[in-house]
Amino acid sequence: MGPGHLVVVGASLAGLRAVEAARKDGFDGRITLVGAERHLPYDRPPLSKEFLDATGEQGTMPAFRTEEVLRADLGVELLLGTPATFLDTRNRAVGVGGQSIGYDALVIATGSTARQLPGMRGLDGVHTLRTVDDAVAVRRALDTGARTVVIGAGFIGAETAAAARKRGLDVVVVEAQPTPLVRAVGETMGGALASLHLRHGTDLRCGVSVTALEGEGRIERVRLSDGTALDADLVVVGAGAVPATDWLEGSGLTLDNGVVCDETLFTGAEGVYAAGDVARWHNPLFDRPMRLEHWTSAAEQGALAARNALNPAAARGYSTVPYFWSDQYDTRIQFVGIPEADEISVVDGDIERDHRGVALYRAGDRLVGALAVNRPTEIMKYRGLITRGASWADALTFAQTRRKARETAHA
Amino acid sequence: MKIIVDRTKCTGLGICESLAPEVFEVDDAGDLVLKTETVPAGTLADVEEAIAGCPTEALRLES
Repeated sequence: MGPGHLVVVGASLAGLRAVEAARKDGFDGRITLVGAERHLPYDRPPLSKEFLDATGEQGTMPAFRTEEVLRADLGVELLLGTPATFLDTRNRAVGVGGQSIGYDALVIATGSTARQLPGMRGLDGVHTLRTVDDAVAVRRALDTGARTVVIGAGFIGAETAAAARKRGLDVVVVEAQPTPLVRAVGETMGGALASLHLRHGTDLRCGVSVTALEGEGRIERVRLSDGTALDADLVVVGAGAVPATDWLEGSGLTLDNGVVCDETLFTGAEGVYAAGDVARWHNPLFDRPMRLEHWTSAAEQGALAARNALNPAAARGYSTVPYFWSDQYDTRIQFVGIPEADEISVVDGDIERDHRGVALYRAGDRLVGALAVNRPTEIMKYRGLITRGASWADALTFAQTRRKARETAHA
Repeated sequence: MKIIVDRTKCTGLGICESLAPEVFEVDDAGDLVLKTETVPAGTLADVEEAIAGCPTEALRLES
């Protein structure tokens, strides 16, 4: 495409990668980057990890690029603190802050927003943890030694609990499911990883739900379905995220747990592609629609969506083995692939007892997933196997070779 | 072309290893090992993808 106007809605990782890819490929038209938050694009994974470990005002926002780099070097017009309000595909325009901005190519990268709990609005001391503003508020509360209750034992919840324990604070984690991390790693391994909390003095309560958040203007206690009342100064809600598609209602795009796209991230409206948490696209590698909330896919999809939007005739598909990581206490948890499996086999170590090991996930006769706990040298080898469509038998043979090599090295 | 790792930034997440396994490997301790310091023939595109894919922006090329 010759010079034209590329509009990228969403100024986080996927949006940033979209504008960078466009410039890298030599696009010399106009680029506008629209962001709902007032901040420059920043990195989210640290927010529930090292960002929470800093105290006071130390520990700065993990911005990807300076404003000067974005404006001067990349030639990007920034519209920050101004969420997009509508998309008009017929007239090729996006509504931003009361005006209508025309586009020739559009990348939708509005991400997801943290799921709220009923009754949390209007109560001080209750936070989700998604944005840097959220993280600053949570960190301030931790600085004052808050009695902390975390709702949801997913990754955000677990990492927040770990940060509070690192400061020696009392933490209760409340999880409605019988085990943590069910959606991320499946029930068996979620159960094995629950022992991490116990070992580090976090009070984990599974199978109970929150019935009320109580307090006069500020949180005082959390009531649970088993009748317990937990005193709290800080409540962090880690109840998952929902794709930010409200502004696209009535746009004609297909919205179904995200913006529905084909393999190439194309939404079906001319010139319009989607990337990151908001995109639900067809992943050819697993032959199914997926919506991922992972760093790697947001970065890769952002770049590809811009390239495809600017050159639809040469659009390429996006195929990936999902990858995410989490740092909790002193443990690194890494997962590749998908957790829906017919069988899960621990092929190395003892995850529940030692918090160290590898588990493989089988669907049919294929390897579809791998979990590594404090086994950083193993994980990407399995990502390679999954990418190549390795059979279950081959994966087990490979695991045996790895285990033998490890035993020999330590003999 | 020489591959440079900024050890103050790298946290061993391994995305580089999955994109260019002939060049990068995370070891048992979680540290990144360069199997070669220069880009092997035919792997430049993979190495460039690995550099772009690094979440901590710890990798670069030096000519």
